[in-house]
Amino acid sequence: MRKINTDLIEEKIYKMALSAGVNLTPSCIDAMHKALKSETGLAAEFALKTLIDNSEIAVKEHMPVCQDTGMAVVILEIGQNVFFEGKPLKKAVNDGVRRAYADGFFRKSVCDPITRINSGDNTPAVLHTEITDGDDLKITFMPKGFGSENMSKLYMLKPAQGVEGIINAIVDTVKQAGSRPCPPVYVGVGIGGTFDSCAYLAKKALTRDVGTNNDRAEIAEIENEALKRINNLNIGSQGFHGNTTALGVSCEYAPTHIAGLPVAVNIQCHCVRCVKEIL
Amino acid sequence: MKNLTLPLSENDILSLKAGDSVTLSGVILTARDCAHKRITEIIDSGEKLPFELKNSVIYYAGPCPAKPGQASGSCGPTTSARMEGFAPKILDLGLKAIIGKGEMNSSTREALKRNKAVYFAAIGGAGALYGNAIKNSECIAFPELLSEAVYRLEVENFPLIVAYDCFGNSIY
Repeated sequence: MRKINTDLIEEKIYKMALSAGVNLTPSCIDAMHKALKSETGLAAEFALKTLIDNSEIAVKEHMPVCQDTGMAVVILEIGQNVFFEGKPLKKAVNDGVRRAYADGFFRKSVCDPITRINSGDNTPAVLHTEITDGDDLKITFMPKGFGSENMSKLYMLKPAQGVEGIINAIVDTVKQAGSRPCPPVYVGVGIGGTFDSCAYLAKKALTRDVGTNNDRAEIAEIENEALKRINNLNIGSQGFHGNTTALGVSCEYAPTHIAGLPVAVNIQCHCVRCVKEIL
Repeated sequence: MKNLTLPLSENDILSLKAGDSVTLSGVILTARDCAHKRITEIIDSGEKLPFELKNSVIYYAGPCPAKPGQASGSCGPTTSARMEGFAPKILDLGLKAIIGKGEMNSSTREALKRNKAVYFAAIGGAGALYGNAIKNSECIAFPELLSEAVYRLEVENFPLIVAYDCFGNSIY
């Protein structure tokens, strides 16, 4: 049994949120530099340069890299030997988010879905928990902006549609999104599971470093083929046409039902913000 | 690169072609989802708006709060497509330009042509860069909407691309 006081979790969430709002992930910055080198479209090149400048200004001035500081998505992978003591875990997470969004001068973007009245402090966070082996606690903090979230889709394909159906679903989602989600995008894909778990897999895929492949060869092939076809769409940075529409495609999978093939496509803009820590 | 100062003259607008890169300096107003809903409700009820839209420029944006000593927090564009249901009516009030990101529908493009106005694309995600180019910011309406309120911004050298010109051409 390992005891963890939830005050420590609040403090970790607070620091991770403050950092995530300002800093793009190193793999995202690398991918944008690579995209700039190979870009031939003038307006797309201008957009990429502006975005790289922007990421540097954010760090230098210590201000949010994008004004959409997102809904706070928190994934806790909790070792089964961990015992939490102190205030309730959910409260600790939300307190960390609330303090970070106030102290970081981040935008508060969470509202009631019916009245649209803003909660005023960016809570509640979207909290996912998984039980794992051992006694580690892995925290992932990802602020998720909604310009890109709005362009995400979930498909319930027929099993017969197979790999080609999966790739088409990914490419079509990016094509239909066009210029709206702030391309170049990062595409998170869930394959299999149920309606709900598939969407979660897609979100989790976005926590992987840009430019990495899934360990399983067939899944990596889907990632590479989808990325190639997306970058042939000629949407380009900001929709200004060019050869980088996506910085990467990242797929996660799970077993599914014999009657189905769920595919979730979660779009992330080029502002890939994700901080991980293991306690 | 054209450097434009607000307010835009008719000649300025006629000289802009889709794909041109420009910088914009002067006064613009922010409005996004909730503010657009309020503005159209006020127009539809025949009441007077608390600010002038004729000859002005609307920026689809909701800034982060400013840190002490800052004029504005990060303030990049939001997705324009969400405002296309409101845009024609507001352009018909004599707006000279809208600033946002991403494609808009054909009725918005028609309204731009009809009113000799332009749609500038700001670089989506460049919130820190645009926030730094804001020299003064003041909330002038609907403060209860927080980041969705209407802010009067004085901007200096906002980098933009002409997305739709007043002749119906598009960069997309």
